[in-house]
Amino acid sequence: MRVWSLLKTYTVMVYIFMFAPILVVLLLAFNSSQFGGFPIEGFSLRWFVKLYENDAITRAFRTSLMLGALTAIISTTLGILAALALVRYEFRGKDLITTFLITPVLVPETVLAVGLLIFLRWLHMPRSFGLLLLGHSIIALPFVVLVVQARLTGIRRDYEEAAQSLGASPLQTFFQVTFPLMLPAVFAGALFAFTISFDNITATVFWRPSGMETVPTQIFGMLRNSVSPEINALGFVMICITVGVPLLAGMLARYFSRKKI
Amino acid sequence: MMQSDQSADKRPWALLSPSLFAITILVVIPMAFILVYSFYENVDLAVDRVTFQFGNWQEVMTDGYYHTAIWKTLRLSVIVTVLAAILGYIPAYFIAMTKFRDKWLLLLLLILPFWISFIIRTLSWIHIFGNQGALNGLFRLLGLTDAPLSLMYNEFTVIIGFIHVFLPYMILNIYVSLEGIDENLEPAARTLGATPWQAFREVTLPLSMPGLAAGCLLVFVLTGGSYVTPLILGGPGDFLFGNLIYDAVVSELNWPMGATLSFTLLFLLGLVVVLYSRLMGLNQLSKAFR
Repeated sequence: MRVWSLLKTYTVMVYIFMFAPILVVLLLAFNSSQFGGFPIEGFSLRWFVKLYENDAITRAFRTSLMLGALTAIISTTLGILAALALVRYEFRGKDLITTFLITPVLVPETVLAVGLLIFLRWLHMPRSFGLLLLGHSIIALPFVVLVVQARLTGIRRDYEEAAQSLGASPLQTFFQVTFPLMLPAVFAGALFAFTISFDNITATVFWRPSGMETVPTQIFGMLRNSVSPEINALGFVMICITVGVPLLAGMLARYFSRKKI
Repeated sequence: MMQSDQSADKRPWALLSPSLFAITILVVIPMAFILVYSFYENVDLAVDRVTFQFGNWQEVMTDGYYHTAIWKTLRLSVIVTVLAAILGYIPAYFIAMTKFRDKWLLLLLLILPFWISFIIRTLSWIHIFGNQGALNGLFRLLGLTDAPLSLMYNEFTVIIGFIHVFLPYMILNIYVSLEGIDENLEPAARTLGATPWQAFREVTLPLSMPGLAAGCLLVFVLTGGSYVTPLILGGPGDFLFGNLIYDAVVSELNWPMGATLSFTLLFLLGLVVVLYSRLMGLNQLSKAFR
């Protein structure tokens, strides 16, 4: 099939387009040159050391990690409750509610950011970490609802009914049957929310109080002149966190579920 | 277990109320405030007067600068959407149709960019097109150029940056609707005498339209609403409507103008979303998560 191999080549080229620039960042993180670009002069870890010694970046890192973790907790809690309602119950206006739950995605993020900021201004409240946290949570919420809803649909009701017919109370059923079954969905939602928060720049630029930086806004600020080698090293670390952690979690989950069976 | 009288069941509403409350407070009410603020008057840096006047709206309606920005945004969003659709359809088709054993790997690689920092993915193009980028490095190595060519900070790099970041949305949406097509349909068309191309054009392509449309909507709206990519990859003349909002709010501290521009953007992109949901319905958008 000549056409088929053409399609295959095309697909491979699109994948190269998607990943080549990212691989270049990963590669340049180890370049010993004092400039953040080509040519590659040698292998060195010094930019990682520099990164570790850079107070502004480590502070931004701590802010981002904290923000991501708290965002994950808030939006996953809200998202799971909402997803349970959508999956488990039939009620009037469900379609409308589903649409309403994804409105934070439908509103352009720039507009969402300005709107919340103006509301806060009207309330005479300054920008704060709390604003970032609430804002990130609302941005992540629709994604968490969709991800958790998709996973919950796969859980069969039979187990709960079996538990209850064997005499478990509704609370016992929830904590001993439903919740453990939901756990993968909870983790998937939380990881997604963390990544969305950790990655956000569009709204964060508007919401952050002066003097507070997250990793993306810190990089954005450092970019004004050129790409410094530290940014490459930082990119390497960020990719390790946001790609490595979910992959590892996925593999561990698979490993343990295999072990049980 | 389930109460027999479903309509009176309050439990789903109890479960939904925290989310509904949060969205109302943090999204719906702020949108109303944007509208209110657009009638205020900017007196000085960060100082506005509470009033009801149409000055900001008049400026947005009549000043050619804002019209240029709207046209630029529309043009760029269309270009990015069309290119992403062309680039994305074939990989989506390939992944959906392949009997290749490592299909899961292709899918995983497709999801992977969602996990990689947007700003890192965007700035990575500086390493390709920049003065110290891969292309200039290659040219120098081959002895083609003495001084680095300036390939960066123009509309082309902005378009590349957008496509790079939004392409996975497009591929994923097309893939989801291709995957849902009964795989016997194309062979059936073939036995009825259609050529492979005809079978694709008459059967598969129309059936994959919902996914293609969902992908196009996402890419269009995401591009039209952004301002960061042009700041990183574009020159001074490459700005989108979002950049005007950024300038008004962050640089000039002109809140009423920022509000007016925000509402304009919300209205324009909202129009696109409403048009789409009339034609397609919004639930196709959530299918990519299944």
